[in-house]
Amino acid sequence: MEQAQKNELAKIARMVRIGVIESTHSAKSGHPGGSLSIAELLTYLYFREMNIDPKNPKWAGRDRFVLSKGHTAPGLYAVLAQRGFFPVEELVKLRHTGEMLQGHPDMKHTPGVDMSTGSLGQGISAAVGMALSAKISGDSNRVYSILGDGELEEGQVWEAAMFAAHKKLDNLCIAVDWNNLQIDGELGEVNSPLPIKEKFEAFGFHVIEIDGSDFDQIEAAYAQAKTVKGKPTAIVAKTVKGKGVSFMENKASWHGSAPNDEQYAQAIAELDAVLTKIGG
Amino acid sequence: MNEIKKQATRDAYGEALVELGNTRRDLIVLDADLAAATKTGMFKKAHPDRFFDCGIAEQNLIGVAAGLAATGKLVFASSFAMFAAGRAFEQVRNSVGYPHLNVKIGATHAGISVGEDGATHQCCEDIALMRTIPGMTIINPADGVEAKKAVFAAALLDGPVYMRFGRLALPTIFDEAYKFEIGKGVQLTDGTDIAIIATGLMVNEALIAAETLKNEGISARVLNIHTIKPLDRDLVLEAAKQTGAIVTAEEHSVIGGLGGAVSEFLSETLPVPVLKVGVQDTFGMSGPALEVLKHFGLTAEDIVAKSKEAIALRNA
Repeated sequence: MEQAQKNELAKIARMVRIGVIESTHSAKSGHPGGSLSIAELLTYLYFREMNIDPKNPKWAGRDRFVLSKGHTAPGLYAVLAQRGFFPVEELVKLRHTGEMLQGHPDMKHTPGVDMSTGSLGQGISAAVGMALSAKISGDSNRVYSILGDGELEEGQVWEAAMFAAHKKLDNLCIAVDWNNLQIDGELGEVNSPLPIKEKFEAFGFHVIEIDGSDFDQIEAAYAQAKTVKGKPTAIVAKTVKGKGVSFMENKASWHGSAPNDEQYAQAIAELDAVLTKIGG
Repeated sequence: MNEIKKQATRDAYGEALVELGNTRRDLIVLDADLAAATKTGMFKKAHPDRFFDCGIAEQNLIGVAAGLAATGKLVFASSFAMFAAGRAFEQVRNSVGYPHLNVKIGATHAGISVGEDGATHQCCEDIALMRTIPGMTIINPADGVEAKKAVFAAALLDGPVYMRFGRLALPTIFDEAYKFEIGKGVQLTDGTDIAIIATGLMVNEALIAAETLKNEGISARVLNIHTIKPLDRDLVLEAAKQTGAIVTAEEHSVIGGLGGAVSEFLSETLPVPVLKVGVQDTFGMSGPALEVLKHFGLTAEDIVAKSKEAIALRNA
């Protein structure tokens, strides 16, 4: 990828991160850690990879995205707003009574949300159903999903993986946000789903391991996934929970807590500084 | 008298799916390694390109159904009631119910008439579970004719439907001219002393009970409530007004099923005695279906006894 393009995506990812901080700060709750870790993945999907139309969010021929790790809705909402599915002003109304942006994605009321998720393990099954649907109809659209690494502890994930491979759903590309932290601590301390790559390979997936914050690697992985025939692809993306906000990085405590006013100011200051670095 | 035709509602379900598949090209049927038992195997044979076996994985079954429905397909997903409503309850609630997706759950082997398989497979909680999901329609047909018509009606309704079918062959009550409408109960006999509100295989027992009561000079009204949610409130209220005593009859726990629905409604509108024939707060057991039904008090005789109790309570 050319540097200019990379810079452009980095700027969007920065705006996504700002959206995550602003929305969770305003809500006084929510899940910033795992939203920040997938900012690059979401940015690439919504600005480079997926065939979508923000003006016509229900367009039948669109690619689909299912945020299986639904608690990181702040990240999804921020990228949807950046892409023009709804005004950025909606973000600060996250989790406010009677407002559109629910704590977890709600496909009935939020433009651009293709599936209601939040209960871990369920999103991937829906994504598999969507991919199967496209195969049945002979449609060429693709289906994308992002799962949490801790989410892999849900048995349903493996029911879905087994089925997707058995039905040869090569139009399905999932990504695992491997930030190595879940609510109760490190994966290995809680109930390790490791090794991730070998598990998905054993379940019949084509697996690509990447640095989930590197746009070159993200681009290469999604491009490669499209060339794979007869099996679904899993991108195992090594990421950093809380990435982009120094005091949130690699801390499980930022899984599900919001920044207070002081922390908010510091986070925004750090993200502003990123812009100077990119040269915006 | 001609011999009464018998058919299990699961067989009617299979037949209906095959027919529906002929006209609805968007119909997809899913199962979880029970196609031979749930009778979706009939659809598999007729429309192999639109049948998918999810294997022994009911949580994924419901999730895949949700994904298919989210992209515009009409989906029937089948397993035994125990697994479709029980094991996959939260998938039904969050992946189907919350987004109000067009998924029909064809749950077979409901209730204790499963028989020999015993308590682990005799699901008497499914109606109670499904009733708590906002927007869920629940249909529990009384015979093969009604089951078939219910499938066609459910296919035309945009939204989730839980359909409850049984393993046991049941006497056919209705003929082809029978009119079925989701949410509209059917008054089968007129009566003023007691109203027997029945669903599923207990409808036939209710009709037999009404005959017995009639011979004893008691006029019993029998209602067939095939749609438990939304409940036909008008018909139930009218029966309560005109009889003042009610017996509900269902092959389900007395907690949270038809009896629960009728009681909840009448306690807020017109409190009258509502006595419940159903599975008391207990698990089932192995045995031939008819013997098990008798053991748990799910026969016409039990309805007759409860009817007399209800009348006595009203007159007390």
